[in-house]
Amino acid sequence: MATFEAVTPRAYAGTPPRGPITRLLEDERWLASVLLMPTIVLLGLFIAYPFVKGVLLAVTDTKVGIPGSFVGFANFEKLWHDDIFRVAVYNTFLYTFVTTIFKLVLGLWLALLLNRHFHGKAFVRAFILLPFIIPTVLSTFAWKWMFDPTFSVINWLLFHLGLITGRINWLGDPDLAIISVMVVNVWRGVPFYAISLLAGLQTISPELHEAAAIDGARAWQRFRHVTWPLLLPVTMVVVLFSVIQTFADFQLVYVLTGGGPANHTHLFATYAYQIGVGTGLLSEGAAVSLAIFPVLLLVVIIQLVYIRRVETV
Amino acid sequence: MIEGARWRRWVFFHIPLTLFIVGLLFPFYWMIVTSVRPDNELYRPWNAANYTPFWTLRPTLQHVTDLLTETLFSTWMMNTMLIATVSTVISLICGLFAGYALSRLKFPFAGSIGTGIFITYLVPQTLLFIPLADIIRNFHLGDSPWALILTYPTFLIPFCTWLMMGYFKSIPKELEECARIDGAPRWKAMAYIIFPIAIPGILSAGIFAFTLSWNEFIYALVFLSSPEQKTVPVGVTSELVRGDVFYWGELMAGALLGSIPVAFVYSFFVEHYVSGITGSVKG
Repeated sequence: MATFEAVTPRAYAGTPPRGPITRLLEDERWLASVLLMPTIVLLGLFIAYPFVKGVLLAVTDTKVGIPGSFVGFANFEKLWHDDIFRVAVYNTFLYTFVTTIFKLVLGLWLALLLNRHFHGKAFVRAFILLPFIIPTVLSTFAWKWMFDPTFSVINWLLFHLGLITGRINWLGDPDLAIISVMVVNVWRGVPFYAISLLAGLQTISPELHEAAAIDGARAWQRFRHVTWPLLLPVTMVVVLFSVIQTFADFQLVYVLTGGGPANHTHLFATYAYQIGVGTGLLSEGAAVSLAIFPVLLLVVIIQLVYIRRVETV
Repeated sequence: MIEGARWRRWVFFHIPLTLFIVGLLFPFYWMIVTSVRPDNELYRPWNAANYTPFWTLRPTLQHVTDLLTETLFSTWMMNTMLIATVSTVISLICGLFAGYALSRLKFPFAGSIGTGIFITYLVPQTLLFIPLADIIRNFHLGDSPWALILTYPTFLIPFCTWLMMGYFKSIPKELEECARIDGAPRWKAMAYIIFPIAIPGILSAGIFAFTLSWNEFIYALVFLSSPEQKTVPVGVTSELVRGDVFYWGELMAGALLGSIPVAFVYSFFVEHYVSGITGSVKG
């Protein structure tokens, strides 16, 4: 049998018979559309469609269970005169601005510390990422417990360091409450900045530093004129990502203050939740969360222009 | 690298690094101590004379057993595990396919589809949760795990696609071309030559996606209502707080146990996770 098969002329053995589907998939355009289909269906159904629906909701007066009618920009006009919404706008910008600066400075500092060689470096790097990977809501509860006015370990610490004499109600005072939320946000965000920037730092060749050092540049000058310009592209992308996440933040405020005391710590998202889900005014809630959109759009445009510029260089 | 006198090394390196580590890890230590602290010690004001913040002499497992026997915590764990696993698998498959198509194939509108997926990467969940809740209701998916299994991929797929595109670009085209010259159909070259090489990238994307879906909060909060359907973050938030009463022992035990699966996965794949993070910003 074996000899027979070996000498009989047959079709080239490497080409098994191909079905119609395989032949169709030889065409790049068909293969691409098959491969992209699941992604496009899911993103279309649960991102594009809700977005359109959100815009349509925001121009009606729909409530839970009651289909609404077209009211034009009445919801946005109402928000414009809404004091709580104004506080939420102010808070969201302040929150994003302040925490981004702190996260960037502390994250960069930590990245520079981790960029040195020392014993147990891998271990330290693995541990400092914990705030970023542990579910936010769960770690935020630990903070809420630490901020509790009666049982606060922070108060105990400050008291024993001689910095305070009475108790501090961290989450009960409007100004302190927003500061407390910012502290937790910075705590959670620093590891992400540090690890991303560390990856950027590691791509910078040590020879550049040596050359600068030989030319007499001091540590600060080396950072300012060698490290920082080379790190800028990574920094830019990290900051843009983080700005979006911070601007649209929900969990920290929801757990720590619930928007209180007396609606003083709302962000866009928590206020949208309070109106849309808490009170059931769907269309007004949708209008509040759409207020995130202009800033999101701006960041997306910067991101796209920036990435295109980097890619074409 | 570290130059100068010994004191400089302490001031510029050891002290700041130690402060960073203590600051970043203290809340977890606090979580652990609280979850084993007996109630009479737990509710002792900070200015009481016998307040012992950093340790307890009589550790107890009472809170953990209460959590496991008197609440639905184990159900929430199972729910979260199921939802996170299935949505991660769906997102990986979609991201793998889409990433391959966008980085290797030529077809009309490739650029605009790529840009479209990138834009959805930047859309935060808080922008869409209200209309999406309405859609979930209309599809009769409300209060079921499917509501989350189908919506989590919306923030996981763009990330997975982005990461896989970066990974595929690093694999030489010649590998595929060799297989094609040997007579392999295009899809086989993709599935048997390119995908196996991409396994480290798939692992990074998968671990990152798993932790993201374990972490997700607002969709789970809005789309699920009955206690036995909830995920860990939502269950802990809504069921262990009754009105104004916080069950701190159970809360901290829940936070601790609820973090273990992610911490466990993470501890085995730190390197992949880190390359997932850096891939997510570099592409």
